[in-house]
Amino acid sequence: MNTNEVIVSIQNVSKAFGKQEVLNDISLNVYKGEIFGLLGPSGAGKTTLVKMLTGLDLPNRGENHLFQEKMPSLKLIEKIGYMAQSDALYGELTAKENLEFFGALFGLNGKALQSRISKVMDVVELSDHLNKTVHHYSGGMKRRLSLATALLHEPELLILDEPTVGIDPVLRMSIWRAFYELNEKGVSIIVTTHVMGEAEKCHRLAMLRDGRLIAVGTPEQLKADTDSSSIEEAFLAYGGVKA
Amino acid sequence: MRVRALVIRILRQIIRDKRTLGLLIFAPILILTMLHLVFNGDDYVPKVGLVDIPEAFEEQLDLDDADITKYTNIESANKDTEKQLLDGYITFENTSPSIVLEGSDPNVNGATIKWLQKALAPLQSSDANELDIEFIHGSEDMSQFDYFGPVLLGFFIFFFVFLIAGVSFLRERTTGTLERLLSSPLRKWEIVVGYIIGFGIFTLLQATIIAAYAIYVLGMLMEGSFIYVLLITLTLSLTALTLGILLSAFANNELQMIQFIPIVVVPQIFFSGLFNLETISPWLNWIGPLTPLYYAADALRNVMVRGYGWGDIYINLFVLLGFSALFIFLNISALQRYRKI
Repeated sequence: MNTNEVIVSIQNVSKAFGKQEVLNDISLNVYKGEIFGLLGPSGAGKTTLVKMLTGLDLPNRGENHLFQEKMPSLKLIEKIGYMAQSDALYGELTAKENLEFFGALFGLNGKALQSRISKVMDVVELSDHLNKTVHHYSGGMKRRLSLATALLHEPELLILDEPTVGIDPVLRMSIWRAFYELNEKGVSIIVTTHVMGEAEKCHRLAMLRDGRLIAVGTPEQLKADTDSSSIEEAFLAYGGVKA
Repeated sequence: MRVRALVIRILRQIIRDKRTLGLLIFAPILILTMLHLVFNGDDYVPKVGLVDIPEAFEEQLDLDDADITKYTNIESANKDTEKQLLDGYITFENTSPSIVLEGSDPNVNGATIKWLQKALAPLQSSDANELDIEFIHGSEDMSQFDYFGPVLLGFFIFFFVFLIAGVSFLRERTTGTLERLLSSPLRKWEIVVGYIIGFGIFTLLQATIIAAYAIYVLGMLMEGSFIYVLLITLTLSLTALTLGILLSAFANNELQMIQFIPIVVVPQIFFSGLFNLETISPWLNWIGPLTPLYYAADALRNVMVRGYGWGDIYINLFVLLGFSALFIFLNISALQRYRKI
């Protein structure tokens, strides 16, 4: 799946809010066609890092490059599908109206927009609830609709911040199935998670702790290198605690 | 295209929220109706006692429009006044009248004194001619409601647009949709323009309904052109909208947005001409020209009471547009916090 084409390059990035340091000298490459996981407990700096990749924040030091161009750039924004930690939907509107709105922001309209809407709702298995007010959606449905809005404009790179938090295992599996399907079509995916088990589903992983990058590699590699049987053990080992 | 999507979304949201929609249109109508009933009620009829008045005098007095009770001694009149059964009484010492008032309610005092002056007029030297008064604007029949009305009209538009726009932008921030907008190709100015057009369309509708109700149903004085009234309210709502959005950046939740009402909205009433600015103490009345409502109220009064046109309101409109431009500029720079480009 992976090629050697770098699509995301994080170069010596540091970020502090006031005196509080959130990211400390992070350097990372993500290759085209990868499902790349950012694993770490809450407060590790995952969201901050991801926000910088989408242009919502700027590093204090270092640079982020996407598709060989420096972020932030409005041109790059169109190539990214971003799903934030909060669902960011308009509760008074129906799913369809939400999708129409976000689609129009990316320049979709008319038939093309309608066909994309039915396609993405298919992917997240919400086709039957298209005309329901989002207000009446359950938490898991909102999460999936939020994912659908990120997929609308067929981005080359998906950046997903905790996409499966609060979702039951059956749904989580179906969402991951959707990720793999997209990935097969050539979409690269960066996904943050604090669930160790979920991290094993990624092609490659970066482990973050207290704003520092403690390890990067495939799940198998990371486990083998630390002689661990699970990602959780490996994380502890890299964090300096031998289980 | 993107702006259009934003406008459609805002209008859809307003229409979906039936309760807010009702508040925006019926609350002002309800309050205006009540004020109309309060200010256009009957004139106060003073209750006056006459104490031991010589018949010759009594015949000369004009005793219409008052509740007259006759007394034979001062003590009983005094007692009834204390009990508030009387607003005041007249006694005659020798040939000159002397008046005692209950005095605790300034409105009643005013009405009673006014009546007394009229009643006692025949006793004054008879060569005083009745004054011939001509009105440049308004008329003898113009009520308080006619004078307050234009200010209130402006105030309601300002208040509701400020609150609704502020809260809806605040929600955009707290639910994370603002972040989502900013992670799309939408430009910052497009967000502000979308909000302005979306709420602008709605306010135009709201202002038309409220103003038409006040003028054609309640009979509020309307000398000028309806179009100017709409133009002024639309300009005012633009100011309210941009100020609401700006202040929402300093609130973390709806309650904190409401806290701006006593600080930002209510004080404007005092300086908008509801009360005469010249009588407000000089170390406060400079605030008036700093408040948007001051200009809107003046323009509305010029049109509705004085029947003036464009030539007399355009300066006020430009000042309001100036306020809006300032707020828009500050809004766009406040959004800088969220996306650097």
